[in-house]
Amino acid sequence: MSSRLASRRNVMAAALIAPLFLLVALSFLAPLATTLYRAIEDSDFSLALPKTSRSLQQWDGVALPPEEAFRSFVEELRQAQQDQAAGAILNRLNFEETGLRTLLLQATRASGRLAEPYRDSMIALNPRWGDPALWRLFKRATGPFTSLFLLRSLDLKPTDQGVAKAAAQDAVFLPLFWRTFEISLVVTILCALLAYPVAYTLSILPQGWANVGMMLVLIPFWTSILVRTTAWFIILQREGPINALLMAMTLVDQPLTMIFTRFAVYIAMVHVLLPFAILPLYSVMKGLKPDYMRAAASLGAPGWKRFLRIYLPLTMPGVAAGSLMVFMLSVGFYITPALVGGPGDQMVSSFIAFFTNVSVNWGMAAALATLLMAMTGVLVVVARLVVPGFRSGGVKA
Amino acid sequence: MAAPAAPRPRRSLIEASLYAVTALILFFLVAPIFVVFPLSLSSGELLVLPTPGYSLRWYEEFFTSNRWLLATWNSFVVGLATMIVATLLGTLAAFGLYLGQFRGKALIIAILSLPMVTPIIVTAIAMYFALSLVGLGSTLTGLIIAHTVLSVPFVLLTVLASLQTFDPNLLRAAASLGASPPVAFRRVVLPLIAPGVATGALFAFATSFDELVVALFIASPGQFTLPRQMFAGVREFLSPTIAAAAVLLIVFSALLLAINEMIRKRAQARGISSGPTP
Repeated sequence: MSSRLASRRNVMAAALIAPLFLLVALSFLAPLATTLYRAIEDSDFSLALPKTSRSLQQWDGVALPPEEAFRSFVEELRQAQQDQAAGAILNRLNFEETGLRTLLLQATRASGRLAEPYRDSMIALNPRWGDPALWRLFKRATGPFTSLFLLRSLDLKPTDQGVAKAAAQDAVFLPLFWRTFEISLVVTILCALLAYPVAYTLSILPQGWANVGMMLVLIPFWTSILVRTTAWFIILQREGPINALLMAMTLVDQPLTMIFTRFAVYIAMVHVLLPFAILPLYSVMKGLKPDYMRAAASLGAPGWKRFLRIYLPLTMPGVAAGSLMVFMLSVGFYITPALVGGPGDQMVSSFIAFFTNVSVNWGMAAALATLLMAMTGVLVVVARLVVPGFRSGGVKA
Repeated sequence: MAAPAAPRPRRSLIEASLYAVTALILFFLVAPIFVVFPLSLSSGELLVLPTPGYSLRWYEEFFTSNRWLLATWNSFVVGLATMIVATLLGTLAAFGLYLGQFRGKALIIAILSLPMVTPIIVTAIAMYFALSLVGLGSTLTGLIIAHTVLSVPFVLLTVLASLQTFDPNLLRAAASLGASPPVAFRRVVLPLIAPGVATGALFAFATSFDELVVALFIASPGQFTLPRQMFAGVREFLSPTIAAAAVLLIVFSALLLAINEMIRKRAQARGISSGPTP
């Protein structure tokens, strides 16, 4: 009887959860999964050049591919160009090796003059076509999967002989991840250092004053990130109030460049994220019983020792919770560096946006997104292990 | 017996410097927000302080510009729609999770709150690809779907927190008095978890109202929201209208904060949790 009751309850529960679960599954989990899948999917070449792909897949990859592959390559490339479908493979191939776009465009432009046997005709056009390594690169591009994008995100590249280091001009992503890590770490440390005294003071102030102080933390917390970043943009610009003040006090004779620098990124990010460090710390400090400190004092421990040995360890969970939250949010920051930072201060997010919108290299956008997700995932796991009851939250939690 | 070993003056010196440091940091937190107030009242064309004079021209510009008005309208439409859908689905799901007696609840909660821990840029491009695929790119509907997914975890978690203080015996009592489950939910459960629901709804609205990154990818000029329009403004034509818009957004955020505090205080007075808000 009671088990039937329980199962009826569970049916009802499932019916109540289902609508939200469907929404999240369809409009979040599925898009997320397909996006991550794009990081390894490679179908541009085989979609635009199906016959070439088939004959390249059968080719042993040692000497040059058969004449048939050359012929279908020329025909299909010309057709793709006419259908304006060649852009995707030009981008894809040129991304793997700079210069391939020019080579392919040259072949399409000359395709009217190319004749049987296509192999000799193409080699006569450009000796590069006689290089088996080039055709092996094409063969690798026939999909259906590729490690190219993920490897390039780590400044590596796939070659005939396995994985190699990417060319120096393409090796920008490890420094990018390092920079993202560095900015996030500096911001996290600054937030922890600034949050500690504020949270402590708020926790010992009489209730009325503590409420006022709390309001001063909550107002920025509820004000949108964009508004706060815009405020810093205005303040730090060349004609902004800080420069005006410094000039008026004749401390400097010409305006300082603060906007579009790393300094601007740090100051704006700390401003945006500081409340996330203060709030958990405050609730830990508020919940602490003064007995421990009193006990230490009665045992004759001097102030600094009481702080270092008792208070600091007891409040560490608050520091850890706040810091992990700040670090996790920092790693994915996009708007603040985009508005107040220079080209050298952009983080991973900015490159994901660039590859999505500007260079339309969705494989690369997906690969960077995958790595960013992995980084955040590791952090969430660490957070759950280190901080008991850690619940990660977005901007307003 | 325990003499005040620490000499009084030194102690108060530490305390004074602590207060001073705290005051400075709090000043750092709020000052930038207040800097935009005088700028928005400038009579000049440039965003500089001191302003050449004061006028309301930039507010007039805001309230007469089609672009800003459209953005304001879009923000409210998307924000309210997001709030309604997220609150409805989030509250029902939270109650379902409360009722259910099965394993894996924690996993379901973790999956449903995944949008909260996913870096926003990743969510944004995933939504961008998916919504364009089904023809909802550059539509308000698409933006509402995306914002609902982003804000629903807040509703779920605040309502779940409220339900933790809910006494299951009340449900049994309602059932024994002949109330059907929907009636019991409406008449017994809902009034008791109302503060959590209200807080969640407020968060959902605020999340959508402030959201920029997804809007950057999904919205074309016809669907620009206030943050999106402001971003375009900072990037392209920097005028004090942006400061005016910022002031309006700050005032509105302060209003939301005040409502939130009100809900919290009233809930506290009745001894109910309004959710895990500070």
